[in-house]
Amino acid sequence: MGNLAIKVENLGKMYHIGGPQEAYSTFRDAITRTVSAPFKRTYDLLRGQAYGAAGLKEEIWALKDVSFEVKHGEVVGIIGHNGAGKSTLLKILSRITEPTAGYADIYGRVGALLEVGTGFHPELTGRENVYLNGAILGMSRNDINLKFNEIVEFAGVEKFIDTPVKHYSSGMGLRLGFSVAAHLEPEILVVDEVLAVGDAQFQKKCLGKMSDVASEGRTVLFVSHNMGAVQSLCQRCIWLNEGVVVDEGQTEHIVSSYLNSSISAAMDQSYEDIQTAPGNDRIRVKRVRVIPSEGDTNKPITMVTPLKLEFEYWNLKPDTYLNLSLYVYSPDGALAFNTAPVHDAEWLTKPYPQGLFRSVCYVPGYLLNSGIYHVKVLFVEDQARIICQLDDVLVFDVAEAPEARGVATWFGRWPGSVHPKLEWKTKELFLHNNID
Amino acid sequence: MKILNKQVAPIAINAALSRDTELPHLRIQPSHGWVSLKLGELWEYRELLYFLTWRDIKVRYKQTVLGATWAIIQPFMTMVVFSLFFGRLAKIPSDGLPYPVWSYAALVPWTFFASGLATSSDSLVGSANLIKKVFFPRLVIPIGTVLSGVVDFALAFVVLLLMMLFFGIIPTINMVFLPLFLLLAFVTALGVGLWLSAMNVQFRDVRYTVPFLTQFWLFITPIAYPSSLIKNDLLRALYGLNPMAGVVEGFRWALLGTETAPGLMALVSAVAAIVLFISGLFYFRRMEKSFADVV
Repeated sequence: MGNLAIKVENLGKMYHIGGPQEAYSTFRDAITRTVSAPFKRTYDLLRGQAYGAAGLKEEIWALKDVSFEVKHGEVVGIIGHNGAGKSTLLKILSRITEPTAGYADIYGRVGALLEVGTGFHPELTGRENVYLNGAILGMSRNDINLKFNEIVEFAGVEKFIDTPVKHYSSGMGLRLGFSVAAHLEPEILVVDEVLAVGDAQFQKKCLGKMSDVASEGRTVLFVSHNMGAVQSLCQRCIWLNEGVVVDEGQTEHIVSSYLNSSISAAMDQSYEDIQTAPGNDRIRVKRVRVIPSEGDTNKPITMVTPLKLEFEYWNLKPDTYLNLSLYVYSPDGALAFNTAPVHDAEWLTKPYPQGLFRSVCYVPGYLLNSGIYHVKVLFVEDQARIICQLDDVLVFDVAEAPEARGVATWFGRWPGSVHPKLEWKTKELFLHNNID
Repeated sequence: MKILNKQVAPIAINAALSRDTELPHLRIQPSHGWVSLKLGELWEYRELLYFLTWRDIKVRYKQTVLGATWAIIQPFMTMVVFSLFFGRLAKIPSDGLPYPVWSYAALVPWTFFASGLATSSDSLVGSANLIKKVFFPRLVIPIGTVLSGVVDFALAFVVLLLMMLFFGIIPTINMVFLPLFLLLAFVTALGVGLWLSAMNVQFRDVRYTVPFLTQFWLFITPIAYPSSLIKNDLLRALYGLNPMAGVVEGFRWALLGTETAPGLMALVSAVAAIVLFISGLFYFRRMEKSFADVV
């Protein structure tokens, strides 16, 4: 087998989801079925058939016929849209869930980092949580003893190490959680989108640690929506879409074809079936799109076009104080800006009844730079709790526009996340011949 | 966001290569039907079991006023009520012993059992986040919750010893068998807990079943009344099919020296408990693969 770390062969994972309800033809039918259903379910349950018992008949393949190999010391990125099967793949490789078909051979111990601070207990102190979390991630007590000081120092919480974690700020909790995980030393590290949390400084620190891990010659599988991070960490990329491998190869090549493919499809997305639309039991998205806010909506979007980011969604729980929060990422993966309807005096302070809503965010022209922007949306309750988060819910391309150049004669791409049109004035204060 | 350089130290790669020969190999593939218990894997994760148990003990009475006193209040107050109504008013016989200490000696293992049953059935659902994000043998979760009840048991047991002192009862030499009866209660609680916790993942019906089940079980266990009410020896032995009957009578026999030595009954109880436990283990392992997907 040489230096193979992971070999995945025709791996598949099927999930059962609720099928359509069978219609009752007669009243008697309805009664008999209502009475007999619990017995049938109990029977299924006792036979160990959870899915039959739950009446989940419909099948979807979250992963299908996925095959690839990873060598020791390789850092491989896994990219794709929401629901492409990235997380399912990581969950199978880290043994959290079982595949339905195919197999994966793993050579070496696997450490999985699918979430920061898993199992932290708010009532326990930082010190106690380090030990608990370490044990959960598979470190022995000896390992933790040896690395304890390093962990605490990296997290920068020395002063609060004997304080219950519930008194920590969210940033401190995240730092401590990441720090424990970062000191795992498995041969193969599997990481899912952990960089999506925390402030910019923390993300930078995480990314730095990740690159240290990579340069130590360990094998890393890295899932991220942050193309900047993927490009700087990974030599190779695997691109998943709807459970199958679309392409794999050199990162630059894969990332650019992934970004190109995602634009046209992602500018206007409708979801007919409320059951399978992105979201959860609180929120379901019906339609998201980005269109010019004035004039012909079919015209391509350029740097000078005023835009509408439009979200139609179902609020499934009555009396929710809801607001959206948009994260707009610039072409290089940096956060260009975050916006929320803080000036919407009507809906920010009024509970949303159950039903369908449309929220529109207007982005003026002469603001965005050229390139591909990604939009993440958070649905926030009581202006505090995130009840639903959808990454890359919108992806759109902003084209160069001659108007944005004004009268300049430079034709390169302007650097920066945004390229707003700002007012400039220059006044002549002294004429040269007045100085002497 | 180009903060980092893409580089892999060649020396480190070579190091990884040379280790290659001794790297553990694991094949991940679908399992079918009834699966092995993988007790070896459970042993590898014994430190996690230790930490989870320790966590449960630590946080159990956090943010309560009475704290660990709760471990004593529950069986003690039940004993007071039982003594008043069953002992005083209904004049239920208590094998010739003072009714309070006699019923309390049964309530101590019973409380351990009942709370172990309740917490373990809810344990997997309560650890949903852990199950969805980290791999480890899921068995450690229910085992840890039942184990953590041992501390409560110890506290209540101290009170039992004080009560015996108060009533002037000297424990018999049979006391050496006490750990066996505690183990029996543990195995029974865990056996039921394994079944219920695995079912609870799929169906929250279990949440409504547990209080009812515990109450029902309390009535069919000789706590407020003695099993010596059953005169027929064979029937008494059959009573042991309820493993808690064996536990409770065993406790009284070992500690208070009741004359109804549980012999055959305890044996029946042990067999019943082991059957419950082993079937629970297999059922749990069979359902385990779907935990992360449905919890």
